[in-house]
Amino acid sequence: MTRLLTCKQFMTELNAYLDEETSPEERARLQSHINECPNCWVVVDTTQKTLRVYKGVEPQVVPQDVSARLMAALQRKMAEKKGCC
Amino acid sequence: MMIAVPAYDAAGFGARAMAGGWYSRLETGMQATNQNGGGSVGFDEAALVERARTGDDGAFAELVNHYERKVYRLARNITQNDEDAEDVLQDAFLKAYTHLDNFHGDSKFYTWIVRIAVNEALMKLRKRRGDKMVSLDEDIELGEEAVTREIAVWDGNPEQTYSQEELRKHLDEAIQSLKPTFRSVFQLRDVEELSTEETAEALGLSVPAVKSRLLRARLQLRERLTRQFKRKEDDAFAYL
Repeated sequence: MTRLLTCKQFMTELNAYLDEETSPEERARLQSHINECPNCWVVVDTTQKTLRVYKGVEPQVVPQDVSARLMAALQRKMAEKKGCC
Repeated sequence: MMIAVPAYDAAGFGARAMAGGWYSRLETGMQATNQNGGGSVGFDEAALVERARTGDDGAFAELVNHYERKVYRLARNITQNDEDAEDVLQDAFLKAYTHLDNFHGDSKFYTWIVRIAVNEALMKLRKRRGDKMVSLDEDIELGEEAVTREIAVWDGNPEQTYSQEELRKHLDEAIQSLKPTFRSVFQLRDVEELSTEETAEALGLSVPAVKSRLLRARLQLRERLTRQFKRKEDDAFAYL
C-alpha cells in the first residue's frame, strides 16, 4: 500500500508537479494528496495563477527617451565599427 | 558565476557598411513592435541574426526592437533601479552587437542576449552595493518557516479584474520583495521561460540550486499575491 504524503513532502515536489516533470505514478500520488488536502489544493491553484499572471502580463513599454538613447548608442557603435575597418 | 562574453573579434562584423536608412525604418518599426510587447508577426529570429552577422545593421536593429522591452523588464526586475536598467539595456545590446561574430547559434539569440543582460545586471547590483558580493550561492533550504501562511482562494482572475498597468504594478511590487537570488531565478525561469539548465548556466548556479530557489521564489510570490488577490472575508475559505 502506498503511504500518503505529508504536506511538507508534497511541497518539496510542488515544482515537479507544476512543471509536469514527474512520472505518471508520482503524479498520481501527488494528485491524490491534493484531492484529500484542501490547503495544498489552494497552494497549487494559487501558485499556478501566480505563474500565469507573470507569464501573461505584457512588459511595460520602454520609455521613449530610454529607447532613443539605446538606438543612438547603437548607431554610434555601428558608425565606429564602420569607420574602424 | 561570471558570464564570459567571447573575445571581441575586431576583424569581423565592422567591415560592412551600415545599411542605408535602417534608422528610420527602425523608428517606424519600433512603434509597431513595441505596442504589442515585441509582436512576432513575420519575425524570424534566425534569419535576422544571419543577416546581422553578414553586416546588415538594420537586421540587428530589428532584433533590438523586438527584444528591448523584455530585456528592459529583466534589467529593471534584477537591478530594481531605472538608471541601472537603462545602462544594462544599452550595454547588453552593444555587447551583443560587438560580439555577434562569436554567436554561433547554438542557443537562441534571445537566450544569449538574456545571459549577457543578466551578467550586466548582476554586476550593477554588486557595484551599487559597494562591491559586497550579491551572493547567488547561499545555501537555501526549504525549512520550517512558513512560506505558505496565506491559504485562501483568489477572487476571480486578476487578469480580468485589473488593467495591465495595475496588474504589472502589483507583480512588480511582489517581485521586488524577493531576494536577488530568488528574483533572478524566477525572472529567468518563469518570466523569460529559460530552461532550468539555461537558467543555471546564466546565473552560474547548479541545477539543484536553481530548483530550490525557484520553489522558494514561487511560494513567496504566491504568498504576496494572495494577500493582494484573495477573496475577502469568510469567502476566502469557501473551498472548505
